[in-house]
Amino acid sequence: MASQSGEEIVQFHNVGLRYGAEREVLSDISFTLFPGSFYFLTGASGAGKSSLLKLLYLAQRQSRGSIRLFGRDAITVHRRKLPELRRRVGVVFQDFRLVPHLSAFDNVALPLRVAGASESEIEKPVRDMLEWVDLADRMHARPATLSGGEQQRVGIARAVIGRPELLVADEPTGNVDPEMAVKLLRLFEALNRLGTTVVVATHDIHLLKKVPDSLIMRLDKGKLSDPTGVLRYPPRPKPLSAR
Amino acid sequence: MSWLRAPSYADVVPQVRLAGPMPWVIAIMVALTVIAMAAGLSLRNTARVATADLAGGVTVQIVEASPEKRAAQSRAALAALRTMPGFVSARAVPDDEISALIEPWIASGNDTAEGIPVPALIDARVEGAITAERLTEWQQRLRKVAPAARVDAQAQWLKPVFAAIQSLQWLALALALLLALAMAAAVLLAVRTGLGAHRTTIETVHMLGGTDGQIAGVFQRTTAIDAAAGGAVGLALGLLIILALGRQFASLGAGFVDGGALGLTDWIVLALVPVAGVLLAMVTARFTVLRALTKMS
Repeated sequence: MASQSGEEIVQFHNVGLRYGAEREVLSDISFTLFPGSFYFLTGASGAGKSSLLKLLYLAQRQSRGSIRLFGRDAITVHRRKLPELRRRVGVVFQDFRLVPHLSAFDNVALPLRVAGASESEIEKPVRDMLEWVDLADRMHARPATLSGGEQQRVGIARAVIGRPELLVADEPTGNVDPEMAVKLLRLFEALNRLGTTVVVATHDIHLLKKVPDSLIMRLDKGKLSDPTGVLRYPPRPKPLSAR
Repeated sequence: MSWLRAPSYADVVPQVRLAGPMPWVIAIMVALTVIAMAAGLSLRNTARVATADLAGGVTVQIVEASPEKRAAQSRAALAALRTMPGFVSARAVPDDEISALIEPWIASGNDTAEGIPVPALIDARVEGAITAERLTEWQQRLRKVAPAARVDAQAQWLKPVFAAIQSLQWLALALALLLALAMAAAVLLAVRTGLGAHRTTIETVHMLGGTDGQIAGVFQRTTAIDAAAGGAVGLALGLLIILALGRQFASLGAGFVDGGALGLTDWIVLALVPVAGVLLAMVTARFTVLRALTKMS
């Protein structure tokens, strides 16, 4: 796992989130994510994991507090600058969010295409990525003809194809068999070793043991606890060996 | 013209063309606009030709009941006109010609001459602009030799007709603008429907780093293609109707109507109607999408 030294990728400070006039689904969330770290976000269903991830990938703006992503304030960043920030974040959606009329290949290629890559730059990495997630023979299939697990893997391939600096995955192994779950975690670890900060939201506690160096954030009824003691604010990074 | 080239992400929104009602709505709008514009241009040409024909024309009427006195005053007025400064030519309109002019309204042949006294007419051409002051001066001079003389500028007679033509031209322009508005509204509704149908996909593209401009570009391009197809059909339909109407008017053989024939520039203007329609549709689509996207995450 990469070192935690260097500028923090994400800073949350006393963040609260409420939808409309409802009570807060997230309260007083403060933490810092460092480059090259691997985090698990755990908690029961309804604890606020998906809401927290939405804040991380800028699909939602907080109701209070401050969020800094790659050194930019999430509230004040201009709308025109959002795509640039979002391209630095890979997202694995819980509901896959594949574009239904595009093939698996085109879905995986989409982040590269919107980033302006040429077709010659796209072809090989997309094929390689689909091969890696065991979907080389299904690359022309549309999402509706893929199983849940296959769709999940297309979603993961799409999230990592652009080598994001931050990978946010919402229950990425929820629809795959244990063998594939381990394989996907190895992919996340491989990316992590290349410098990508990984945040995986899961309620599967067995998954946590499979990445020994990972850090754990636990959400309980919208409040964040810090079982590994690394999320304190202001940030005070420690070498992994010290924990 | 880079928008003509499909970006690699263009198919993120399904590219179903000519399947919805929009191209056909645009076709109808363009056809109606082309017809309205052709009517406006034709009226303008009619007014121009008539104005050119009548500019510099003066009519002298000798309104006298006695045929002998009328003939004598007509001769005297004609002789005076030929010596007056500013007059280029003058001719007495023969009785036959006058009878032919009034025949549709009164009667024909000898009945006219015998039954109703018709003024003698002198058709004259003058140099320079015909002002009210000049008309008064000519009338005063003519009345010395022909007390029953009445001088009128020919263009003056058709002033109400020109005013009506101008009103019709404005009406044609207003119709074209209303049709453009209706077309923009049709595009707006179609694009909004498309945005609603593909909302999840658009949000996903946003999350993957797609820009508002890229998403707007996809809709803009699809709309442009639909509008171009609809515009071509509409132009063809409009031109067919104009040509059919033109044939009918041409068969009337009336000089006034012939003046309304469309020239090369007019046809070019009509051919540009669908081009303007495509541009309007593209701009409408782009701004509709950009405005809607600001409400999305």
